[in-house]
Amino acid sequence: MNQPASAYFIEERHDPNETHTLSVLVQNEPGVLARVIGLFSGRGYNIESLTVSETESQKHLSRITIVTTGTPMVIEQIKHQLDRMIPVYRVVDMTLTKRSIERELAMVKVRGQGEHRVEALRLADAFRARVIDATTESFVFEITGNTDKINQFIDLMRPLGLVEVSRTGVAAIGRGPEGM
Amino acid sequence: MSDKSHDPNQMTGAAMIVRALIDHGVTDIFGYPGGAVLPIYDEIFQQSEVQHILVRHEQGAGHAAEGYARSTGKPGVALVTSGPGATNMVTPLTDALMDSIPLVCISGQVPTHLIGNDAFQECDTVGITRPCTKHNWLVRDVNDLAKVLHEAFYVATTGRPGPVLVDVPKDVQFATGTYHPPRKSDVHRSYAPRVKGDATQIRKAVALLAGAKRPVIYSGGGVINSGPEATRLLRELVEVTGFPITSTLMGLGAYPASGKSWLGMLGMHGTYEANMTMHDCDVMLCVGARFDDRITGRVDAFSPGSKKIHIDIDPSSINKNIRVDVPIIGDCGNILGDILQVFKAEAKKPDVKAWWQQIAQWRARNSLYYRKSNDVILPQHAIQSLFEATRGKDTYITTEVGQHQMWAAQFFGFEEPHRWMTSGGLGTMGYGLPAAVGVQVAHPDSLVIDIAGDASVQMTMQEMSTAVQYELPIKIFILNNQYMGMVRQWQQLLHGNRLSHSYSEALPDFVKLAEAYGGVGLQVHKPGDLDGAIQEMISVKRPVLFDCRVAALENCFPMIPSGKAHNEMLLPEQANDEATAKAFAGGKALV
Repeated sequence: MNQPASAYFIEERHDPNETHTLSVLVQNEPGVLARVIGLFSGRGYNIESLTVSETESQKHLSRITIVTTGTPMVIEQIKHQLDRMIPVYRVVDMTLTKRSIERELAMVKVRGQGEHRVEALRLADAFRARVIDATTESFVFEITGNTDKINQFIDLMRPLGLVEVSRTGVAAIGRGPEGM
Repeated sequence: MSDKSHDPNQMTGAAMIVRALIDHGVTDIFGYPGGAVLPIYDEIFQQSEVQHILVRHEQGAGHAAEGYARSTGKPGVALVTSGPGATNMVTPLTDALMDSIPLVCISGQVPTHLIGNDAFQECDTVGITRPCTKHNWLVRDVNDLAKVLHEAFYVATTGRPGPVLVDVPKDVQFATGTYHPPRKSDVHRSYAPRVKGDATQIRKAVALLAGAKRPVIYSGGGVINSGPEATRLLRELVEVTGFPITSTLMGLGAYPASGKSWLGMLGMHGTYEANMTMHDCDVMLCVGARFDDRITGRVDAFSPGSKKIHIDIDPSSINKNIRVDVPIIGDCGNILGDILQVFKAEAKKPDVKAWWQQIAQWRARNSLYYRKSNDVILPQHAIQSLFEATRGKDTYITTEVGQHQMWAAQFFGFEEPHRWMTSGGLGTMGYGLPAAVGVQVAHPDSLVIDIAGDASVQMTMQEMSTAVQYELPIKIFILNNQYMGMVRQWQQLLHGNRLSHSYSEALPDFVKLAEAYGGVGLQVHKPGDLDGAIQEMISVKRPVLFDCRVAALENCFPMIPSGKAHNEMLLPEQANDEATAKAFAGGKALV
């Protein structure tokens, strides 16, 4: 191993990265999101997507859904590090449970005329995207689905005059009667 | 009809802070006044239950509170003002976070209506200290203050202990609200650290221990944090099993250095026998330690043939650096008790005679060897002399960071926990002097010595003034080699002996400096004068700066070179230029 001159033991790890969706139930109090994000930035973890909103206002509970990538050891760390934060109630790895539904909403603006415009509309129909704004030269589509479906739709819109996209990020929930 | 003005629980925010300190049994706090904490200082002035120690820099308050906490097992408390007062606390907070020290910091903040306005002495204290505290709070309503203060003490002292900060705007300190004594509902329902170990895991652990041929116990600061019962149980476990035990820098004193199963400290500057035992063992029991990078050496070659049991109260410590076979989450005192119970009931003492014979061979290498001299004082010799002179005395040791710290860990034997205060995780130069102040406040009649280096000690030298003011007879034992020794050592080993800015140019005259502060200065050059001077230092009941002039170029061995494993240690007798070059070869290291 080629060790550079360092007071630290430098090593490269080559474990493959995995993508996981984590649901985090937190006390909705000032700074809680900053804590969660600070953990990721401070420790060099990735955030692919982040969704957060209060879900039970009576109990001041918020649910944060984070899509993150890392080696299995890093993912394990992320979960433990999140779990030990004072305002965090629970962390559930939705990817590990394999019984979860993930959805994302995107608004997709497409500009075009003639055949492009017709084609965009036809594809939108096939993807069950709704038209939520229209002018004579543009559409805004609203599409809901998992990340892959939305990516696919956006890819198809690109040659047809894609202008911009706004996405909510992933929200996830477990199947069956049980709560988190 | 109730009259609110006569309700004893109606009080100002500032009064609540002092009241909460009293309710949590706090008798001493360390702090520095300023605009945003004046109402609290006014309350402190008007009472006598909480003694306030005025430091000379807020960093000193933080480290003093750490020293106080580590030597007593109680939380340390620091009080600082807004802006620079709070930013000066960042280092001690981070230090306490890394070393799991319970610390409660109360900081003043500009009035709520000025927050975000770039007001005078304003900073985003909770934002700045968020990553360096276990938790922090900004209190915007005086009626939340009591709850937050109680929760702060609870969070700091339970689970894996750590620093917390409560930021209190000045208008909240002035406002009147309702105080309540500590109660259970003050704590987040989401915070429930696990203390009891899983019974199945404990059985698995005992089975491994009972079947071990080449076992080792590797203990850490968690045992000391857990309290006296954990220390007692650890000692009993060593006795019952007959297993060898080593410890991290943080864990020294949990098992006595004079104990027959003691291998010495492990890790980068640990003993050869401790590191070889770790490398070759078949069962490792890690208690309250976290497989830090100074401990493991090269992780892919760390103790390759062993089954590892890891007891830790923090789940995020498990499998962070090293994969373990039997993790047990909970308080190590609790779990050690359970392990002992099951072990005594079901297992018989494993035969580890052959293993001890092997260890004896490693021990015979005498890895802490150094060549004594009649002309110059060797730093190792100075520590040994200090140790001999303080044997049997009620002694507490703090250190700064660097070579002197490692030599102190190697050559000063600790018999009891809470006697050794050193900045392990963060490695904060300047920790030891203020920490000694804190220790001496907690133990006014004990002998408190800061083993220091000439460079480190200058980082917080101003706290000598605090020691003089409060008649705290701390002893600052400076191993003065006129270098930042550890920096120089690495430069020699890894950077072609280019000693870039590691020479302590323009050192002060420490004797005169001590006198200028109103303390006592001593200086010694010759080995023959050392013992007498140490005796003098101990007998003086005033703060002492002891300028111990030691061999300038002595380096700290044994050592695990970077990128190497435990069994590739560099021993002192091998550490000639050629062997050193070879050990560190592979990188751009030696030109």
